[in-house]
Amino acid sequence: MVETGHFALVLAFVLALVQFAVPLAGARLRDERMMAVAEPVAITGFALTALSFAALVMAYVQSDFSVLNVYENSHSGKPLIFKITGTWGNHEGSMLLWVLILTFFGALVAFFGRNLPATLRANVLAVQGLVGAAFLLFLLATSNPFTRIPNPPLEGRDLNPILQDIGLAVHPPLLYLGYVGFSICFSFAAAALIEGRIDAAWARWVRPWTLAAWLFLTGGIAMGSYWAYYELGWGGFWFWDPVENASFLPWLTGTALLHSAIVMEKRSALKIWTILLSILTFSMSLLGTFLVRSGVLTSVHAFATDPTRGVFILAILVMFIGGSLALFAWRAQALTPGGLFQPVSREGALVLNNLFLTTAAATVLIGTLYPLLVEALTGDKISVGAPFFNMTFVPLVLPLLAIVPFGPLLAWKRADLAGVSQRLMAAFGGALLVTAAAFVVSDAASVFSALGVGLAAWLVLGAATDIALKAGIGKVRAGIALKRLAGLPLSAFGTALAHAGLGLTVLGIVAVTSFQVERFETMRPGDTLDIGAYSLRFEALRPFQGPNYTEDRGHFTWLDGDRELGEIVSAKRVYTARQFPTTEAGIATRGLSQMYVSLGDADSEGGIVVRAWWWPLVTLIWIGGLVMMAGGAVSLFDRRLRVGAPSRRARPPKAAEAAAG
Amino acid sequence: MTRKQKRLSVIFGGLAFLGIATGLTFVALGQKTSYFYMPGDLEESAVAPGQRIRLGGLVEKGTVERGQGTRVAFGVTDTQATVRVAYDGILPDLFREEQGVVTEGAFGPDGVFLADSVLAKHDETYMPKEVADSLKEKGVWQE
Repeated sequence: MVETGHFALVLAFVLALVQFAVPLAGARLRDERMMAVAEPVAITGFALTALSFAALVMAYVQSDFSVLNVYENSHSGKPLIFKITGTWGNHEGSMLLWVLILTFFGALVAFFGRNLPATLRANVLAVQGLVGAAFLLFLLATSNPFTRIPNPPLEGRDLNPILQDIGLAVHPPLLYLGYVGFSICFSFAAAALIEGRIDAAWARWVRPWTLAAWLFLTGGIAMGSYWAYYELGWGGFWFWDPVENASFLPWLTGTALLHSAIVMEKRSALKIWTILLSILTFSMSLLGTFLVRSGVLTSVHAFATDPTRGVFILAILVMFIGGSLALFAWRAQALTPGGLFQPVSREGALVLNNLFLTTAAATVLIGTLYPLLVEALTGDKISVGAPFFNMTFVPLVLPLLAIVPFGPLLAWKRADLAGVSQRLMAAFGGALLVTAAAFVVSDAASVFSALGVGLAAWLVLGAATDIALKAGIGKVRAGIALKRLAGLPLSAFGTALAHAGLGLTVLGIVAVTSFQVERFETMRPGDTLDIGAYSLRFEALRPFQGPNYTEDRGHFTWLDGDRELGEIVSAKRVYTARQFPTTEAGIATRGLSQMYVSLGDADSEGGIVVRAWWWPLVTLIWIGGLVMMAGGAVSLFDRRLRVGAPSRRARPPKAAEAAAG
Repeated sequence: MTRKQKRLSVIFGGLAFLGIATGLTFVALGQKTSYFYMPGDLEESAVAPGQRIRLGGLVEKGTVERGQGTRVAFGVTDTQATVRVAYDGILPDLFREEQGVVTEGAFGPDGVFLADSVLAKHDETYMPKEVADSLKEKGVWQE
């Protein structure tokens, strides 16, 4: 089975080369048969990669320690779920998952793209094939997951315990669906440049793919943030770690792309810019892959690194980013510029959105790469951390957040800013009230915190206003308003949901950073610790035996005055295979807030260091992410966007168009 | 406003924004980054008390002293020199003697390094990259 997997991977590589060369030549020569090769080859390539991936999963499930990768990252005593997820808990396996998702997206285009113009589809699949070929070669040449060991050991070295968590089952697949999903936008952009032609149909095609990639990336980042929060034992939800930045960069440019694609679809403007953003977004994904895999930066995501891999990915990076930008420089003039618009208009607002997002992305990029640059130039080692990003990124995005509610209310081409402001008065008043309330409730702790809460309310209320106005709530009878509400396009709801979700995330971040309470103290059984409005009583420390670990569990009772709210169990765990200690924080949720308890070292007199936090409204950070995802999903199902799905009726005119073009 | 004025104001607005962003970035790069040192580097480079730096090295064997509550002190060494580090808080799970560590903070007036964060990596084979590179340069540690 293992050799089958390896062989399938080699075949997939060869097919990817075919998928690149034949359709590309076909599109150039207008040879229908050559172009038609792309579709079956893309689907077969995906099937082969899936077979290869399944073979690796099988090796993990069966604990086949004759495979080096399994030996290094698995253990027969691990629960089945972690055996499976452990497949991508290492460099080789996760890279295979990366390629699997890449070929999956290629197969989706092949499958759903039957009504695309033939040359465009051939070119898109060709570019996708080239990306796939590069990464398959990378896998086979430097990171083969199927390498055998001559004398197989009896037991494996186990998976890093931090990764033995349900988070590993969710976070990397979602993140890669996002990261790699942008490859489709990239392939479409490159194909448009190769053809030297771009129209609104192109944007209508790219938008759903961008949406899908964006919604998965949002989920992946949110999930990763929550995982780090509960697993690392001290409750941070974002560290400005280089690898987090690496996933955040494509999110920022991808969000910009999502918005500029709207302008392009609706108004045929910003064509060249949209193409450039598509290229940049996937370039950021590639850069992220390089940063994570090469080990050039210090980060919490340490893959076993190997210089040849870094050089290989760097070569891929240079080839794709350099190649696509060169193609852009060469062909972009061929694209005709589109419609004009006034500065105050929906288009203008979306341009402003893009200006803010790309500038913010640029500061994050600089902060992430600056240490590399300094070390290369001067040899000094420096670190750029949260203080840098708080000083640059935060002030740059705050004005963007403040203007978000205006965007959806502005009319295309030329808008009336005064009228829109008037319609937002209610939301603004509401936000002011919330600000005042936050100021009073927090005992006038900080004006900035109150304003932050107000900003979040402004985003949520602004999104609600948008929907209310579109449905005419308050202007027409309830029955008519309800009917109008039902008749609104789904993308309107998607926009409102995404913007409201952003507001919720902002609210969570503001609440946590401003109003968190942290205490730590050495405690003995019977001691209580006051934290915020609550207190914690330390009951006992008891040993516990898990399937592949032992732990000391601290049992705490959570008290509100004299009333018991429940038990919190926090543990110090040692994984037996590697003698690896981890901190398993005890977390209890009340409303949207969480009490978070983690254990430190025992002292010589029978006490143990207890560190506890009260995180107010912390869950909103991730709930906001889920709401943004929901917004993306709702938008994706908008029937106007459904050109991507095969529809029989749409085919004859499209086919005619393709023949004419 | 004429059309030309309008267009110019848009362009200037955009440029002003980019200018602010660039300015912020430069100021932040100047102020908000911290340099990394090993104990042996400190003699040649004058680090003023209070200046934020990151200090890395190996936790010297037999130097970890636990004080009251969560207070802890330990020596960080690169075998050429040793710096005494004081820290109040919970140490990472993988903090051990003779293991790589990176601390962040500033020197107090008495020459003790007051750390407000201590990082050890979440992998038992891990050595913080800066520490590994510096130790390799000094020939103390090989992979």
